[in-house]
Amino acid sequence: MMKEKRNKDKSIRIDSVKLALKHDKAAVISLILLGIIILFALLAPFLPMEPNATDIANRLKEPSLTHWFGTDEVGRDYFARVIYGGRVSLIVAFLAMLTSLTIGVAAGTIAGLTGGIVDMILMRIVDILHSIPWMVLVTVVSIFLKPGIQSIILVIGLFTWMEIARLVRAETLSLKEREFILYAGFSGVSKWKIIISHIIPSVFPTIIVAATTSMANAIMTESSLSFLGVGIQQPMSSWGSLLQNAQGTMQNSFHMALIPGLLIIITIFAFNKLGNLLRVYVEPKVMSGEKE
Amino acid sequence: MARYILKRILTAIPMVLLITVLCFALMHFAPYDAIDAMTTPKMSQETINLIKAKYGYDQPVYVQYVRWLDGIMNGNFGYSIVTKQSIAADLAVRLPNTVKLVLPAFITAYILAVVLGLIAGANKNKKADKIIDAVSSVGIAVPSFWFAMLLIFALGYKLKLLPIVGMHAVGKESSITDFLKHFIMPFLTLTVSFMPANIKFVRSSTLTQFSEDYVLVQRAFGATKSEIMFKHVCKNVLLPVITRLGMALPLLVTGAIITESVFSWPGVGPYFIKAIQGMDYPIVMIILVLSSTMVILGNLLSDILYCLIDPRIKEMG
Repeated sequence: MMKEKRNKDKSIRIDSVKLALKHDKAAVISLILLGIIILFALLAPFLPMEPNATDIANRLKEPSLTHWFGTDEVGRDYFARVIYGGRVSLIVAFLAMLTSLTIGVAAGTIAGLTGGIVDMILMRIVDILHSIPWMVLVTVVSIFLKPGIQSIILVIGLFTWMEIARLVRAETLSLKEREFILYAGFSGVSKWKIIISHIIPSVFPTIIVAATTSMANAIMTESSLSFLGVGIQQPMSSWGSLLQNAQGTMQNSFHMALIPGLLIIITIFAFNKLGNLLRVYVEPKVMSGEKE
Repeated sequence: MARYILKRILTAIPMVLLITVLCFALMHFAPYDAIDAMTTPKMSQETINLIKAKYGYDQPVYVQYVRWLDGIMNGNFGYSIVTKQSIAADLAVRLPNTVKLVLPAFITAYILAVVLGLIAGANKNKKADKIIDAVSSVGIAVPSFWFAMLLIFALGYKLKLLPIVGMHAVGKESSITDFLKHFIMPFLTLTVSFMPANIKFVRSSTLTQFSEDYVLVQRAFGATKSEIMFKHVCKNVLLPVITRLGMALPLLVTGAIITESVFSWPGVGPYFIKAIQGMDYPIVMIILVLSSTMVILGNLLSDILYCLIDPRIKEMG
């Protein structure tokens, strides 16, 4: 009985996602493009291309059949550079997102479940971190760490968890009053166990939706930092640092500035759309409210 | 209501203090400090001690903190350790430049966002809504520096219409037309970057208002769509929008770091980025404190505005 009901529920959810996709061609296209970008980024080391091989004779070439995206100022194949740049951007964003989710979920559940002084302290920390404009906060913290990919991941991850913590805390507060959690508490189950086996599964939908937003934001933050020269450093490059580099040669090789930017836009757009779709899946009401 | 406002102000003060403590601690424990910046390895220990004493770095940490805080309160922001210039004097030149750029851009973006958001919300799922929503969805994904690069390429390099860096051409510091020429591209970049999120906000609150019961009642009484729109919905949408204005306060300091850097606009942004790269801690600290205080003040202002506008809040006092 239960299983049947669950299956029916699932098919309603899937139907509402399908309906949402039908009305939103841009979402379909952007998600397919995102899939291709991720595939290339994952497979990059196995593909026959070399992002660092210079060829001074072929500098700043326009896109052609041999070099799909042309070459840069020292003759490196720009297609390979863009793919490897995307790999860096996506890895940074993904790990930063995981870090920020972990901290946010931990802080949110602990604050919500424990209450009292712990809750107050955690929420004050959230308030304070929230009061510092993110650009300022992230750049300042980057001084403390050695420049490099790990630092960027840490900086973005450590200072973007506040919103998630607030969301999760609010949900935990209402879950706390539900019978199954109260009962678990009365029968002497430890707080950790309650968090792991009851609260986290219940807030999981929220977490997944937050993950997509977090991913989109992390990509934007990383590329902004790298563009300003306080993010990814040479010889490694990301989409942001490719754009920083392209500033110098833009006048003649405009495609070098155009391509990484378009890829950033597609990726962020697709992650935002993915977030919307997951929201529709989690609460099918959203959809019925939007389209009558 | 007065009690509520007072309570809000009283909670804001410890926040600001905590932030100053945090900033000071951050900079105190930074791996490379002001002393390293002012001394060279060749100096003898005695000279180093002299320099430390001169700037007060030989005192205990809390004394340094109290002195620093006292200085800020009195408008003495200290000195850059790289250029030795007074930070207050530097900021007095740079802040107005940032405000000159951010304020007009923000106001334009806000007005456009309200108009477009209302149009989209009132025409749900029609062509106008779809276009506005699509544009703002893409807009959110566009990095502002990339948009700036497009403008520079099109208007600066190809059409050669506008200058691409700075605020004035050399020797034309008092010319308004010269200023405007330099102003257009950073202004457009900022306007475009402020707009999309605000359009989405206005659109979704318009949608919520249109689904309220009072709209249904009005329709039942035969009110036309424009009557409902201008007499009722508009008012309810605009109130929260106005209260959001307070949140724009911090933008006046750090709202244009990226845009200013791209266009070398002589505002707070490039000053801050240069200080970060040069490890010029006193400057970094001041900007951190200043911008966070602006955030807290902005939120305070928003809450107070909300309280003045929405009578339901008053009773909570």
